[in-house]
Amino acid sequence: MSALAAIVRRDLAIALRRGGHVGVVVAFFVLVASLFPLGVGPELAVLRRIGSGVIWVAALLAAMLSLDRLFQADFEDGSLEQLVLAPVALEFVVLAKALAHWLTTGVPLLLAAPVLGLLFDLERGTLLVMVLAMALGSPALSLMGAIGAALTLGLRRGGVLVSLLVLPLVTPILIFGVGAVEAAATGTPARTHLLILGALLLAALALTPWATAAALRSAME
Amino acid sequence: MNLHFLANPTRFQRWAGAILPWVATLAALTLGLGLWLGLFVAPPDYQQGDTVRIMFVHVPSAWMGLFVYTGMASASAVALIWKHPLADVAAKASAPIGACFTFLALVTGSLWGKPMWGAWWVWDARLTSMLVLLFLYLGYMALWDAVEDPARAGKAAAILCLVGAVDIPVIKFSVDWWNTLHQPASVVRLGGPTIHASILVPLLTMIVGFTLYYLTVLIVRMRAELAARRVQALRQARVASRESTLAPEAG
Repeated sequence: MSALAAIVRRDLAIALRRGGHVGVVVAFFVLVASLFPLGVGPELAVLRRIGSGVIWVAALLAAMLSLDRLFQADFEDGSLEQLVLAPVALEFVVLAKALAHWLTTGVPLLLAAPVLGLLFDLERGTLLVMVLAMALGSPALSLMGAIGAALTLGLRRGGVLVSLLVLPLVTPILIFGVGAVEAAATGTPARTHLLILGALLLAALALTPWATAAALRSAME
Repeated sequence: MNLHFLANPTRFQRWAGAILPWVATLAALTLGLGLWLGLFVAPPDYQQGDTVRIMFVHVPSAWMGLFVYTGMASASAVALIWKHPLADVAAKASAPIGACFTFLALVTGSLWGKPMWGAWWVWDARLTSMLVLLFLYLGYMALWDAVEDPARAGKAAAILCLVGAVDIPVIKFSVDWWNTLHQPASVVRLGGPTIHASILVPLLTMIVGFTLYYLTVLIVRMRAELAARRVQALRQARVASRESTLAPEAG
């Protein structure tokens, strides 16, 4: 447990002292979402209709963009080898790395999302559900994304490849994430969607570290 | 005969070479019979007319798209657990075939959809999950392509394939859910409770034919992959021996 905390603390410290990357991810998120009104026109009725979907898709793309940093820097300076050799189960290390990734990209996206929601004229109740849905969905994204990041570790074309690998796998998160927001917007209870998102998160929490750790081991051989 | 009988690539090559003509002939015969039954014997649908015959290609393709992925997932598990030398070859050789079947299912589905639904593409739950399946295949193939070392590529691809296999039911479930949310049941669905034997027999014949065709192409592709690996190994060995003979002169 202390090792887990140490890894999270270290990754957070690195992210804070090299703050640029977090800023770039959030900027990308805001930029992609604000391109849509330019593409479909400024009518508020249309924007209100597509807002939740656009924000979710933009968050998904921004999360993909940030994945290549998850293990790459540690791989390049050799500290990943030390983590693999460390007397802590690699699955826990992976969990800690995913948690740190979520804290440095998922949470900023989560905080930026309601502001974007205002640009799409979403109501306050809807915004609240959206933040809740993203709070459940984005850690699952980090966990699933970690698999892709580990599989493409050290590859030259890793950046594009990781999106191709991970995006089809995370379609359930998108579907239920948007579903929750749309349910809230139409006044039906979003509870079912949020519960399923929670279930997806729990399943990802239990299962993905094994796959990610196996992928890391094969990459370090 | 168990799995270990074929664990030796040379033995596999010999065995596969022997059965290949038989499987290929059987596949051609079954496909011919199935096509004849489907195109000439089966009655046209009372509503859809002759368009319904697209089904005899569409349904087997869709079925094979899923079947091949299941086969790849099993092969990947065997490769990871027992390190069976042919399992990752089989999984790698299967992927493009499965992707082609999935693509064929999408194309025939859209050809079928144009006269029936009035649109080339409808975001029907089945079409959408097949589309996601196609992306999974493409990602799998891209990963094999991107990793140079075949040992690591095999392992990474096997892990990806198994993750996909666990995820596919979840994707299927969520796409069905999404579809019922967004689209009330406006889609013409085939069948009903029973399918008449005049349609079922050609359909089953086609499915068997497609499976045999898959086996044929799989054997050819596995033999090609093994030959390619052997060529690569021989080439590396030759380069290595040349370097070792050159080394003393250089030194």
